[in-house]
Amino acid sequence: MDHPRIAVVGGSLAGLRAAEQLRASGHVGPVTVYGAEAHAPYNRPPLSKDVLADPAALDAETALSRLTFRRRSSVGDVDFRFSTEVLGVDLGAGRLDWRSVGGGDPAEGSDDFDGLVVATGLRPRRLSAPGPERGRYVLRTVEDCLDLRAAVTAPRRVVVVGAGFIGCEAACTLDALGHDVTVVEPTGAPMNRVLGEQLALAVQRHHERRGIRFVIGPGVTAFEGSDRVSEAVLDDGQRLPVDVVIEAVGSIPNTEWLAGTGLDVVDGVLTDNDLAAVGADRVVAVGDLARFPNPLFDDVPRRVEHWSIPTDTAKRAAPTLVALVEGRRPELPPFAPVPSFWSDQADLRFQSFGSPGLADEVVVAEGDPDDLTAGVLTLHHRAGQHVGTVALNLPPARQRELRDAFVTPTEARN
Amino acid sequence: MKVTVDMALCQDHGQCAIAAPDVFAINDDGKLEYEPHPDDSERFAVEEAADVCPVQAIMIED
Repeated sequence: MDHPRIAVVGGSLAGLRAAEQLRASGHVGPVTVYGAEAHAPYNRPPLSKDVLADPAALDAETALSRLTFRRRSSVGDVDFRFSTEVLGVDLGAGRLDWRSVGGGDPAEGSDDFDGLVVATGLRPRRLSAPGPERGRYVLRTVEDCLDLRAAVTAPRRVVVVGAGFIGCEAACTLDALGHDVTVVEPTGAPMNRVLGEQLALAVQRHHERRGIRFVIGPGVTAFEGSDRVSEAVLDDGQRLPVDVVIEAVGSIPNTEWLAGTGLDVVDGVLTDNDLAAVGADRVVAVGDLARFPNPLFDDVPRRVEHWSIPTDTAKRAAPTLVALVEGRRPELPPFAPVPSFWSDQADLRFQSFGSPGLADEVVVAEGDPDDLTAGVLTLHHRAGQHVGTVALNLPPARQRELRDAFVTPTEARN
Repeated sequence: MKVTVDMALCQDHGQCAIAAPDVFAINDDGKLEYEPHPDDSERFAVEEAADVCPVQAIMIED
């Protein structure tokens, strides 16, 4: 029998890690990676920080020369097809339809597969507020970043809509470049869903002392301007003069191509603890669209939008899929990755372990929230159980100890 | 196995020291120290460290 063929749909970090881990898991058959973007997989976190601030990264080629992930030799025979969008899939027949997108020759076709990795990730949610489109930006791709950079070559009035991590990082980067920055967030102090109210307010005050304005409470109802945005209208009647709007209001999973497959795509792709898609035999999901239960916390499936997740989930999904295409159930210990993320905002470095966003109580364990640069540690509890840790400006030598506070169920048994 | 870290890229995130603590360590000054010629038994851990480096500063040569 021929070796099974595996299709990886999604050509970013999740797709790359899936291909690497399929090889590491012993899959020797063909692997094809389909990526809608024109580029080989590249690292996105610098797009809101270093690349946005770097005067030398003026074109995609220059920026990507530093962002593109190195490929292991084990994926040298993987067929990476960029500028190729997968339109739909027939899971019963094991066939997907694709078409080329972007500049090159138009082409389309169908390919057969024996196993499928869903790794199409997220795209930025856009504001539905009416008004001119010009002057409104998002930050996801290298092109998004370069478009925004081109709009801020002279001093600008910038309104960042959304005070999550990406919004705050972009606000800090642009503030440091000398722009006039206002952050608008209807739901509370910056990043409060993760940090908790006390720490979020402390971060807000810290950023305000640097000169960033926060408008917390009202949302944007409309943009005004003749051919491009010149004013943001808030629902409390405020009108903010603006040259550049950054929409940082969350993300939407790219799962439209899975419509009609029977998979649960209500919010990303529902999987079991092995990352096997529920409702299919030979499909796994990898990356920030995978909605999986993590026994570190409970049995509720959740998507996790951290940079570490594509790598973590690929390491489990690959052996799962190798077993499934061989007609076996994966016999693996519980998958219980310790979520982890970082964020650099001006003179603050956030490092988190666990899921602080699940907490109902936050305790300041070290430091003074009125002096964040000196180092603050918060412990986040849910029903008395430690579920998350946030460290601000703590020495990196502390990280291992903070991470190891979350032992996996497997490690606990050993 | 030869390990190289691009120290111009390294931002002392310390994720490598979690993944491969016998090869990478953050010293008391908060700076990275590492063993450039680790034993081959460390390969899996070093590959993990290279994967999780936020700035992708770790290179592995066979």
